[in-house]
Amino acid sequence: MSPMTSLSASQRLQAFANPARFMALSARLLAPLWVVSLGFLGVGLYYALFASPPDYQQGETVRIMYVHVPSAWLAMFGYSVMAMASAVALIFRHPLADLCAKSAAPIGAAFTFLALVTGALWGKPMWGAWWVWDARLTSVLILFFLYLGYMALWTAIEEPTRAARAAAVLALVGAINVPIIRYSVDWWNTLHQPASVFRMDGPTIAPEMLLPLALMAFGFTFLFVTLLLVRMRAEILRHRVRMLRLAQAAARAED
Amino acid sequence: MTHAFFALIVRDLRLAARIGGGGGMAVFFFLVVVAAVPLGIGPAPDLLARIAPGMLWVALLLSSLLTLDRLFHADYEDGTLDLLAMGRVPLELVVAAKAIGHFLTTGLPLVIAAPLLGLMLNLDVAAFPALMLAMLVGAPALSFLGVIGAGLTVGVRRGGLLASLLVLPFYLPVLIFGVSAARAAMAGFPAGVAGQSLLLLAAVTLVSLVIGPVAAAAALRANLR
Repeated sequence: MSPMTSLSASQRLQAFANPARFMALSARLLAPLWVVSLGFLGVGLYYALFASPPDYQQGETVRIMYVHVPSAWLAMFGYSVMAMASAVALIFRHPLADLCAKSAAPIGAAFTFLALVTGALWGKPMWGAWWVWDARLTSVLILFFLYLGYMALWTAIEEPTRAARAAAVLALVGAINVPIIRYSVDWWNTLHQPASVFRMDGPTIAPEMLLPLALMAFGFTFLFVTLLLVRMRAEILRHRVRMLRLAQAAARAED
Repeated sequence: MTHAFFALIVRDLRLAARIGGGGGMAVFFFLVVVAAVPLGIGPAPDLLARIAPGMLWVALLLSSLLTLDRLFHADYEDGTLDLLAMGRVPLELVVAAKAIGHFLTTGLPLVIAAPLLGLMLNLDVAAFPALMLAMLVGAPALSFLGVIGAGLTVGVRRGGLLASLLVLPFYLPVLIFGVSAARAAMAGFPAGVAGQSLLLLAAVTLVSLVIGPVAAAAALRANLR
């Protein structure tokens, strides 16, 4: 019987908590992940830009969707990764979970920003305005604020362990609040303007449009995971450099 | 336990009354913000009447944010917070007492001052009861969500601005439901519509009563280590 099988689930979780083991494993995973995500994105972009028909109502502008919709999905996915990692960090004190949450935040914020910008670019030809105070737009904007606040808290507290705990608390409170904010914004908008500006039930999506969308969604998701691993590796190296600097300073102080 | 809890609230009230910068300052700030609005957008009475509930709510939010950094800062600096954290009263209850103190010194005076400012903004008198009731229901949520931001940024230099940034997104549901309760009463909607937003506002407040102390105590424990 190998030692791995006799371990309980939480012990197996702990086995992956070893940063050295994580560095070795992620180093082997990175190259295939880059290949897969760039492959999906390349094929997806070809289908999205050339090999799919223009929409009969929206014309060529529908191609913005293939970037916009996956970005919006990843914006929410990023926050859930952050919140789950924060919960794991607070409950199990898993040392990599803090790094995972910290690394997920800028990536999620970037996708949120991309969703907002592509949405504005799409909104101008479709609705005639760069920005509409629509429920969906407003809640994504608030999600962006939550990301920015989370990252600001990380930079504001100098000591990493303190910053990690505080940021994890913030991420979890945010996770409870996201549905409340989402619901309240929906309710606010439907009270004041009935759904005339923005209808998601436009053309039901055709199969030849679904293929590039699915390819792009897979590509974005793999890109997210790849970037997350790159950032986590960078965080571990940053931590090691910090430790070396502290040790160096301590050695110099003794001289 | 209850004795210690009330002693904490009384201590905060006394500090606010004696050092100043408590309720009086918040009301003054509220007044200045509201007075700046007609200067900014013009004195047309019907326009002012239309935006009055939203303006009063935004001013309430701002004055609440402005006073957040004082919640724990002085106690953190002189070590009182460490004593409170080590004491027999659970930190969650300490935080709840602080939040109640914050509500009594900033939220409540503003609610009482709101009708006067409503008159100045030409707000329909019929909307006053609904607006005040909504503010009374919603203002505790501002204090109880605010302690989270204050707890997270305790010991951070210039934490006040950061606390505002962190907390403001959480305030938005309070703002939305609070304004819509007053709006519905103003537009002469049947009482059910205003009542619905009031109930949702009460729900947000109740949720914040639970999340606020727990999250703020966790944040304080992280920051006091």
